[in-house]
Amino acid sequence: MASSVLSLASAAPSASLSSREFEKGKLNLGNSSVCFKKEKTNPFMKTKSVGRISMAVASNVSRFEGITMAPPDPILGVSEAFKADNHELKLNLGVGAYRTEELQPYVLDVVKKADKLLLEKGENREYLPIEGLAAFNKVTAELLFGADNPVIKQQRVATVQGLSGTGSLRLAAALIERYFPGAKVLISSPTWGNHKNIFNDARVPWSEYRYYDPKTVGLDFEGMIADIKAAPEGSFILLHGCAHNPTGIDPTPEQWETIADVIQEKNHIPFFDIAYQGFASGSLDADASSVRMFVARGMEVVAAQSYSKNLGLYAERIGAINVVCSSSDAAARVKSQLKRIARPMYSNPPVHGARIVANIVGDPALFKEWNAEMEMMAGRIMNVRQKLFDSLSSTDKSGKDWSFVLKQIGMFSFTGLNKAQCDNMTNKWHIYMTKDGRISLAGLSLAKSEYLADAIIDSYHNVS
Amino acid sequence: MIISRFVILRRGMSTASTCATRRSWWDHVTPALKDPISAVTEAFLADPSPYKINLGVGAYRDDEGKPLVLQCVREAESKIAASSFLESTSTSVGSKLVMESAKLIYGEDSDVIKERRFAGIPALSGTGACRLFAEFQKRFYPESRMYLPDPTWSNHRNIWRDVHVPDQTFRYYHPDSKSLNFAALMDDVKNAPDGSFFLLHPCAHNPTGVDPTEEQWREISSLFKVKNHFPFFDVAYQGFASGDVERDAKAIRIFLEDGHSIGCAQSFAKNMGLYGHRVGCLSVLCNDKIQAMAIQSQLQQISNTMYGSPPIHGISLVSKILSDPDIKAIWLKEVKVMATRIRRMRVTLREALERLGSPLNWQHITNQVGMFCFSGLNRAEVYLLAKEFHIYMTPDGRISMGGVTTKNVDYLANAIHEVTACDQDAKILHNTDAYKINTDIRFTSLGTSKTRARGMNLAL
Repeated sequence: MASSVLSLASAAPSASLSSREFEKGKLNLGNSSVCFKKEKTNPFMKTKSVGRISMAVASNVSRFEGITMAPPDPILGVSEAFKADNHELKLNLGVGAYRTEELQPYVLDVVKKADKLLLEKGENREYLPIEGLAAFNKVTAELLFGADNPVIKQQRVATVQGLSGTGSLRLAAALIERYFPGAKVLISSPTWGNHKNIFNDARVPWSEYRYYDPKTVGLDFEGMIADIKAAPEGSFILLHGCAHNPTGIDPTPEQWETIADVIQEKNHIPFFDIAYQGFASGSLDADASSVRMFVARGMEVVAAQSYSKNLGLYAERIGAINVVCSSSDAAARVKSQLKRIARPMYSNPPVHGARIVANIVGDPALFKEWNAEMEMMAGRIMNVRQKLFDSLSSTDKSGKDWSFVLKQIGMFSFTGLNKAQCDNMTNKWHIYMTKDGRISLAGLSLAKSEYLADAIIDSYHNVS
Repeated sequence: MIISRFVILRRGMSTASTCATRRSWWDHVTPALKDPISAVTEAFLADPSPYKINLGVGAYRDDEGKPLVLQCVREAESKIAASSFLESTSTSVGSKLVMESAKLIYGEDSDVIKERRFAGIPALSGTGACRLFAEFQKRFYPESRMYLPDPTWSNHRNIWRDVHVPDQTFRYYHPDSKSLNFAALMDDVKNAPDGSFFLLHPCAHNPTGVDPTEEQWREISSLFKVKNHFPFFDVAYQGFASGDVERDAKAIRIFLEDGHSIGCAQSFAKNMGLYGHRVGCLSVLCNDKIQAMAIQSQLQQISNTMYGSPPIHGISLVSKILSDPDIKAIWLKEVKVMATRIRRMRVTLREALERLGSPLNWQHITNQVGMFCFSGLNRAEVYLLAKEFHIYMTPDGRISMGGVTTKNVDYLANAIHEVTACDQDAKILHNTDAYKINTDIRFTSLGTSKTRARGMNLAL
């Protein structure tokens, strides 16, 4: 391969180069070297040891040569492994997606109705405003804070439609990065796996507060309070509004009051992630009580919502970010900045999911139906918990206290199993779960509860 | 330290729930500047005039001035089962979208497709695709910059700025001739450091409507090869330029022939009328399938921390439209209809202006291609069009031709003529070929506006 050097540096600027001068095949990249800068430990790339590389090959060499495979997502990876398994007794307790007793995905009746209505209405598909569908923003704030909440009446809530919980969290993270540079977000240990990724990519520093106590398989309340107190003043404290993910362990109402006290004392900002409103107790209002209590105290609050689980709209990516401010002026300014962040991310949010939610929550009949379906779904999970607890208690003769299964709330349960034990669950029993010991009860049926109990008992006692 | 400043603010706050005079965590948050394009829509919506016309946002309207839901979209929707479950792990639908999008832009028979030599991921329309690429670029080429044409879509700068990749412009539009400044473009491409990242509009350039010719694209591609630049194409209007999706992909096919490994952001907002559904695709060409998987995994990770994945509804629609031969045939016809209507409006507008005896040269209206006409109107004239005639466009004089109809084109022509006809300074600025001293002062009910125009500071 000829490697004659094209001296581009001395090329006189000309109006046009002959287009046939560099035909494919004769082309060489001679002197035009591709520069692989020696990255200061770029974690995503295998760094080359040479600096500048002269390419003598004619054809396209990718400039993304050193890119390594990203690690598989721990949660979604579980579903993929499950799909690949052919065992007849296999059970997927990985991702938090609601399943019926027959372990089928469930499209809520209200969603089907709303979808049908939309199809019939045949509305246009024009761009939403950057902040999203106004009708949706109105009902989502009312759902979370209560329609009669003074903060809504006084227009003190900046609400922007976001792409489910993830997208809403990301908007908030970008706002924090921009307006509170250096401020930390404190996340629970453990928390949803994607939280730290979101804050990492948004360049927001984070640290953990103690939360889960493996000894009691319950809340390490003292540790939590101590760590929140110890955080630098003006930190953002990320709280799960209800149905903590992954543990299923929620503070009691009294504990919530204490948490609020400490946050106020330390001038922190409460930052709620509400992904399961309705899924914890079955009541949409009751599940919002923690957030409402903070707001009632006059605190400024950041709250991200998701309709992925409670309306089964996982794939439509519908949620919202709400910032409760002490004045309507502040709320207006904050909203404008959230829009400014959204515009270079995706310009404006998707319309379909927003219309579905707006139609359901905004229509009294559909809203009532939704409440009933919510109770049904949460109820099924509570039944399954009971069955699992009963099976564990009756089968296990060691006297271990399995009551945490009943005390925990929402879709998930932290079993207390360690990684090796979880591997046993998968390898021996074909039960798929995340390696932190989390099982999604939404993926469990009454019929399979005994099998699961057997697997847990085996893994707990016989594997270390 | 910044944090302590806020703490001091907070110490004075009471914890009681009286709110009116309390200080806020958010006191230091200033109101953001309005996005220039959506600001136009907002102003339009606030205007009560029955004659108002929105020529701001690049959204197609039918000849009644109504938003159009394409027939192919309705067909696709009714075919898609109502009971399809709404799971976020519908990766198969996403993969299908990526494959169909890639076939559309790279050509079904291209080697890239046959060898699966690309990484692709569904994206939130064109904006989302550009943003994913910008994040990817930052991650793997942290010191790089992005070369953007001058001018370009206003949001491009926001995107690369928010990922902290500095941008630099390369010359593109020649305001005097209202055409491509090809010599300057090639100059800037040549003078950029080897291996630079360039953003290119392959057809229907936004905002100017000025595209390189096929011959010019070949020269650009050759020079890119010499300089080893990375070409990133923002494909927002495939089908809208000529009415033919294959023809509109010509620039990209040329680059592929020349062996470039390009990146490509595709939007289905305009050509399928799916604006609000936010459907697009980002693809990056690779050496081989293995590398494609690696890059795809990185793109997926970037996407996961921003919003997860795009909404299934839009993805299903596009995937269905492109993969179902009957529906695709309908779509291709509809794209042609839209592009044809726009071209007809261009001709009509130009002829109307010429019939009115405008002394200015309006050739560019029909020379330019795609959704937009870069009218050459200055800020003062744009302002007057809104104020006196309730016609809204972006301050740079960009007219979205999708908003022009047979019913409003005469009104539009009249309005443009009114604001430009008697303005001597405007003639100079518009650089007319046929200079005519227009001593008629046309008195209309808005006669005073012309006096205002003359006196107005044109550098508004």
